[in-house]
Amino acid sequence: MKATTGKRPFALTRNRLLTIIALAAFAVLAIIANSFFDAFMLRVFNMCAIYIVLALSLNLLNGFTGLFSLGHAGFMAVGAYVCALLTMTPELKEMNYFLVPIVPWLRNITIPFLPAILIAGLASAFVGFLIGAPVLRLRDDYLAIATLGFGEIIRVLITNAQPITNGAQGLKGLPRYATTFSVWVAAGLVTLFMVLLMRSSYGRAMKAVRDDELAAEAMGINVFRVKVTSFTVSSFLAGVGGALLGHMITTIDPKMFTFMLTFNILLIVVLGGIGSISGSVISAIVVTILMEALRFLDEPMNLIFFKTEGLPGLRMVVFSILLMVMVIYRQRGLMGNKEFSWDMLQGLFVKKGRKEGDHV
Amino acid sequence: MSENTSDLMLSTAHLTMKFGGLTAVSDLNLEIRKNEIVGLIGPNGAGKTTAFNVITGMYYPTEGKVLFKGRNITGLKPHSITALGIARTFQNIRLFKEMSVLENVLVACHMSINTGIFGATLHLPGYRSRESEARRFSMELLEKVGLVHLAYEKGTSLPYGQQRRLEIVRALATKPKILLLDEPAAGMNPQESRELMDFIRKIRDEFDLTIFLIEHHMQVVMGVCEHMYVLDYGVTIAHGDPASIQKNPKVIEAYLGVD
Repeated sequence: MKATTGKRPFALTRNRLLTIIALAAFAVLAIIANSFFDAFMLRVFNMCAIYIVLALSLNLLNGFTGLFSLGHAGFMAVGAYVCALLTMTPELKEMNYFLVPIVPWLRNITIPFLPAILIAGLASAFVGFLIGAPVLRLRDDYLAIATLGFGEIIRVLITNAQPITNGAQGLKGLPRYATTFSVWVAAGLVTLFMVLLMRSSYGRAMKAVRDDELAAEAMGINVFRVKVTSFTVSSFLAGVGGALLGHMITTIDPKMFTFMLTFNILLIVVLGGIGSISGSVISAIVVTILMEALRFLDEPMNLIFFKTEGLPGLRMVVFSILLMVMVIYRQRGLMGNKEFSWDMLQGLFVKKGRKEGDHV
Repeated sequence: MSENTSDLMLSTAHLTMKFGGLTAVSDLNLEIRKNEIVGLIGPNGAGKTTAFNVITGMYYPTEGKVLFKGRNITGLKPHSITALGIARTFQNIRLFKEMSVLENVLVACHMSINTGIFGATLHLPGYRSRESEARRFSMELLEKVGLVHLAYEKGTSLPYGQQRRLEIVRALATKPKILLLDEPAAGMNPQESRELMDFIRKIRDEFDLTIFLIEHHMQVVMGVCEHMYVLDYGVTIAHGDPASIQKNPKVIEAYLGVD
């Protein structure tokens, strides 16, 4: 974050210009992506946006409020299911619920995507609030274990509430509403929201709770309320992310929302830097692309000297190694808790020691 | 001690705090009047910090009451107690590690900015004006204590003495009526301690404060305190003005031991 660069008005305008150019270039990319990328690349491109939303929502908890939560997949599941049930047409529901018929009050509801995704977020936020109120009295590892448990509980409930969720069969054929436009708008809005939140007094309160709970409390901050708010907002964003994911893949089932999904998001957050918005954004894009680009590792390979039979999951090994390397050499992730700035980029290339106090 | 009883700022009645079998504070009866500087002294482990923690709501007392301006504040949450006008610092400095000096002070203004998460995030006009007011107020405070040139440095990167000072400023930013200082002179040399005592007197006058401080170096507080309480093993063994405390045989015994 810049702030008070009053001494260097030129640098400020240059940086602003660069930011505008970068954003414009990206907007152009997003617009032409639809016509230039093939289906696979487009999907990866859109997946990046969804992972940005999810990584930021987890970073709000883990990075900015210091609450180590592992129940994210559960909130995504709530969002995905609520949104799917609201947007599917009665005929589509009829086709899906062939084992146990859907409950009557849900059958005939069909609303547009935008209100549906907001309701999905709110439903997820509500669940987050209900779980957060008791669970947030715990700390550290205990909190992680409790949220992990609740995430699994949500998944098991969804599996067993067959008349509502169609149980283990999942839902198929959701309308493909998560277009390139909608996912990137969502990613942009969530990023903007996070930046503004973290620059506000409320963001400072969250960081204070992360840095020293006791001192924050003594400074008149209602620590418990800040934690519950953070948890609720994070659940909202996770719900929105889950809904987008569902409407992009167009198929959801409870098995999608296991701990592995939470782990993937956590990986992005840790690699990008715990407590860095730009870190999460960059890392979400890089990790998502790598996850697809490294897919060849899972397939049979001919390495001249020996042939592998195809080891499903080998690419995850790469990520595990990457995570280990990161934890050993760069504990704070790619960005640490800093934010991206053009000065930083310049500093990276021009190694000259022009290190005057870049404030805040 | 010439003020009348209506000036009573903070008092405790039969305050007792037990941890299992250990009585950390026993039957503590404090009376702190407006604009006084009162010391709470005693050897290590005498229960001074525990007394602070009970007063500021970090612990719930086993017995007894805490009264602030005649109002019973026993069992209130720490943040509500801070909101009423009791601020504190910590024995082991607890600055927010990732924040600049200014941000550390701004955190303490969160209470007075008092905006919901959406008003703050959307930077609504009401929030904007209170935020800029908070910034102005924080800078003014930093100016007054001579830390303004360090406003954008990381709080934890300051030298020790300045970190202590920053903690006091941060507490002041909550606009307290009474300030509780937990061993403000800990780790300071005699010269620094003297400066600190002058500083304490200065902020008392400037911000119309009442100050209650813990110290275990008796000499340090003799100069600044107008009234003192001496704790030993949780029991109040003496109270009075510095001169009488110095002569009190029980105090000497507690500090030096008996033959």
